[in-house]
Amino acid sequence: MEEHLVDWSRAQFALTALYHFLFVPLTLGLGFIVAIMETIYVKTGSLEWKKITKFWMTLFAINFAIGVATGIIMEFEFGTNWANYSWFVGDIFGAPLAIEGILAFFMESAFFAVMFFGWNKVGKKFHLLSTWLVAVGSNLSAMWILVANGWMQFPIGVEFNPDTVRNEMVDFWAIFFSPVAVSKFLHTIGSGYVISALFVVGISAWYLLKERDTIFAKRSMVVGATFGLVASLFLFLSGDESAHQVAQKQPVKLAAMEGLYEGKEGAGIVAVGILNEEKTLENDEEVYHFEFEIPYALSLLGYHDPFAFVPGLKDLVYGNEERGIESAISKMEKGKIAVQALRDYKEAKRNADEVGMAEAKAKLDANMQYFGYGHLEKPEDIVPPISLTFYSFHIMVTLGGWFLTLFGIVLFFFIFNKDIVKQKLILLSAVLSIPLGYIAAEAGWIVAEVGRQPWAIQDLMPVGVAVTDISTTNVMISFFMFAVLFTILLIAEVKIMTKQIAMGPEEAH
Amino acid sequence: MGFGDLELLTLQQYWWIIFSLLGGLFVFMMFVQGGQTMIDFLSHNETEKTMIINSIGRKWELGFTTLVLFGGTLFSAFPLFYSASFGGAYWLWLAILFSFIIQAVSYEYRSKPNNFLGKRTYEIFLRINGDVGSFLLGVAIATFFSGSEFIVDENNFSHWQNDLRGLEALLNPYNWLLGLALIFLTKISGALYLINNIDYEPIRQKAILSIKGHMPMFLITYLGFMIWIFTKDGFGVDENGVVFIEQYKYFNNFIDMPIVSALFIIGVGMVIVAVFKTIHYEKTCCIKTAGVGIVMTVAALIVSVGFNNTVYYPSTTDMQSSLTIMNSSGSHYTLTVMSYASIMIPFVLGYIGYAWYSMDREKLTKEEIEAPDAHNY
Repeated sequence: MEEHLVDWSRAQFALTALYHFLFVPLTLGLGFIVAIMETIYVKTGSLEWKKITKFWMTLFAINFAIGVATGIIMEFEFGTNWANYSWFVGDIFGAPLAIEGILAFFMESAFFAVMFFGWNKVGKKFHLLSTWLVAVGSNLSAMWILVANGWMQFPIGVEFNPDTVRNEMVDFWAIFFSPVAVSKFLHTIGSGYVISALFVVGISAWYLLKERDTIFAKRSMVVGATFGLVASLFLFLSGDESAHQVAQKQPVKLAAMEGLYEGKEGAGIVAVGILNEEKTLENDEEVYHFEFEIPYALSLLGYHDPFAFVPGLKDLVYGNEERGIESAISKMEKGKIAVQALRDYKEAKRNADEVGMAEAKAKLDANMQYFGYGHLEKPEDIVPPISLTFYSFHIMVTLGGWFLTLFGIVLFFFIFNKDIVKQKLILLSAVLSIPLGYIAAEAGWIVAEVGRQPWAIQDLMPVGVAVTDISTTNVMISFFMFAVLFTILLIAEVKIMTKQIAMGPEEAH
Repeated sequence: MGFGDLELLTLQQYWWIIFSLLGGLFVFMMFVQGGQTMIDFLSHNETEKTMIINSIGRKWELGFTTLVLFGGTLFSAFPLFYSASFGGAYWLWLAILFSFIIQAVSYEYRSKPNNFLGKRTYEIFLRINGDVGSFLLGVAIATFFSGSEFIVDENNFSHWQNDLRGLEALLNPYNWLLGLALIFLTKISGALYLINNIDYEPIRQKAILSIKGHMPMFLITYLGFMIWIFTKDGFGVDENGVVFIEQYKYFNNFIDMPIVSALFIIGVGMVIVAVFKTIHYEKTCCIKTAGVGIVMTVAALIVSVGFNNTVYYPSTTDMQSSLTIMNSSGSHYTLTVMSYASIMIPFVLGYIGYAWYSMDREKLTKEEIEAPDAHNY
C-alpha cells in the first residue's frame, strides 16, 4: 500500500462527512419545527402562522437541497474509498443503508414535492401530513445510518465466515437494538433539534435587534426556544448514555476524551484545561499545563458510580493485571494467531485437508475478537489522537451547557411576560450562538470518529486494511475536487440563505 | 413459510430481479435528466423555461432517491460488486456522482436571489447532469457486457488493474453505444413527460419536434448496442463456478429465457407505440406507456446478465475473478432480512403514486407559474 493513502482517504471521508453534517441537523429538526408551526396554522386558521410556516419552510428547502447534494456521495464512498471494508462487513453494513433507502428516503422525496408545491393542489390536512412525513422520513433515515455507524463502534450480531472472508449477519435485532446504536441515534437527532432551535431563535433575535417583523419573530422564537429547551435536556440525557456506552465498549476513546493516562478510582472531568503536547505514553511529563477538574465526574459519567475505576491509556496499552485489563500487546498476539489461522484455513482448504481446516477454524474462532489487532504494528497504535479528541469533547460539552442556558433565559422572558426586545445582549448572544451549534455538532462527530482510531470497525479492522487499493494521487485529486465543489456550494447556500433572511417573511419565497 | 426457507440461489435471484427493477425505474425517472438537457431548446422565453424547470423539478428527487437506493441495494445484496466496481472504477463512478451532486442544488438555487454562481450556471449544471450523467451511466452499464480489468484475491479484496480507474471504459467504442442510447432515450421520455405534464401548446409542439429528431438516433444507437452484444462472445459460468467464454452467450440468454425476451420486446414496442401516438395523433398520454416500456426493457436487459448462469460483471484480466449473482451476494441471513424489508416496496410505490397523482391531477399551466404566491424553482 502506498504511503499516505490512508491519510488522504480518511481526510476525504472526514471532509465529505463534516460537510454533509453541516446540513443534516436543520433537516432533522427544522422539519419538525415547521410541522409544529403548520399544525398551529391548520388548527387556528391564522394566516400569520401560515406566513411563519412558509418562511421557515423556504429556509428548510435551501438547506435540504445541499444536504441531499452532499449526502449522495456518502452512500457510495464506502465502496469507492473503503472497498475492503465494504466487502469485510458489507453483509451487515449494507442492509441498514438499503432499508434506509426503501423506508426513509422515499418518504422524504415523495412528500417533499407536496410540501413545497402542494399548497394549492391538495387539501390542508394532506399537506400537513406531508410536512410531518418529510420530518419523520428524515429522522428515520438518520436512524438507519446511525444503526450502521453504531455497529462499527460496537460490532455485534455477526459471525466471521472464513470461506467468504467476511463478517456475516446472524442477528439483525441485536444490531438494530444495539445500545450503542440507540444512544447514538438519540444523541444525534437531539443535536439536530438543538441546532435547529438555535437557528430559529437566533434568526428571530436578529429581526428583534433590527426591530422588524416583531410579531413574526416573537412567535417563531417561542416555538424555537421551547423546542430547544426540551431538546437540550434530551441531548444531555442521551449524551450521558452515550458516554456510559463508550466507557463499556470503547474505553480507549473515553480515556482519550479526558487525556487520562493513568487509570484511577473516582476520576474527574477537566472542566477547563490545556494539554501538554510533550506528554506521551512513555514519558513522565505532566498531562496538562493547567486544569480545573470536577472530581468524580468521569467515573460517574462512564460508570454511574462516583468511585468506579476508570482505566487510563497506560492500563489499556500495557495492561493492568490487578484490574484484570488485558494489554494491547497480548491482544496483538491473539490477533496475529487469528490472522495466521485464516491463512492456514485457506491453505488447508486448497489442499482439501478437512482436519487442517477444522483446526484452523477452531483457532480462528477462539481469537477472532482480536482479529484487527493482528494488523497493528505496535501496541501504542490503539491510542487515537489525544488532543483532537480531548478538545473536541470539551468544546461540545461546554457549548451544550451554554445552549441549555440560552433557551432557558429566552423562555424566562416569554413566560414572565417581560419584553425580550429590550435585552440586546441576550438577543445578540442568540444570534452569535447559531454557528456555535454547528461547531458543537461537528466536534461531537470528531470525538466519535477520531476517538475510535485506528479502527474502521472496533477491534476487527483497522483503517489501513479497510482502504481501497488505489494510488494516493487519485484520492488527493478527488479530495480537492470535493473540497472545491462543496465549498462553492456552501458559499452559495449561505449567500442565498442570508439573502432570504434579510428579505424577511414578507418577501422571501 | 418465509423468506428464510428459500434456497440461497432463489434469494439471490429475487434480489437480482429487484435490482433490475430498480435499474428500470431509475432509467425511467431519468426523463428528468433528459428534460434538463432541453430546457433551452423547448422554451422561447423565461416564463416557458420556468414552466419546464418547475415541471421536471417536482420529480427530480424521486430519481435521485432511486439512485441512492440502487447503491444501497448493491451494498447489501451484492457487496462484492459494491466493493469491486465502486472502489475499482473510481473515476467513472465519481464522475457520475459529481453530476448528481450539482443537480441536487440547481433546482432550488437557480432562481433564488444572491445565488453566487448566477442563474445560467445552475442551468448548465442541470445540462451536465442530463448529458454527462446519462452517458456515463450508460457506459457503466455497458461494462456488464464488455468487462473490466480487476482481480479479486483470495480474501475477496479486489484490485483494479487499469490506472485509468474506470475511465478506460470510455476507450471502448461499443460502450459508447449504450451511453448515447441512454442520452437519446432520456430526451425522448423527457419530452413525453413534459407533453403530458404541461398544458401549454408551444412547449408541446417543440417537444414533439424534439422527439422526431431523437427517436431515430435512439433506435440506431440502441440497435447497434443490441447487435453488438448479440454477436459477441459472452461470459458464462458452469455449475462449479468456473467462468468460461461462450459464443453468443447474450443472444442465447434471450432464447433460453423467453419471458425475459418477451418483456424486452414488448417494452421496446411500448416505447415505439408511445412515440408514434405522440407524433401522429398528438396524444398527451404517452409517458405512461413509454414509462412502463422503459422499465420492462431495462429490467429485462439487466435480468438477462444475472440469470441463466451468466457473469454479470466480467473481469477481462482474470476471468475467474468475474462476478456472478452466486459469488458476489450477501449471506442467506442478510438476504432474508432484506427480503422482509422489501415487502414494503409495493407500499412505498403506492404512496409515491398517490402523492404524484394528487400533485399532477391538474396540469401545470402558465397561470400557475405566474401566480403571485407561486413557489417556483
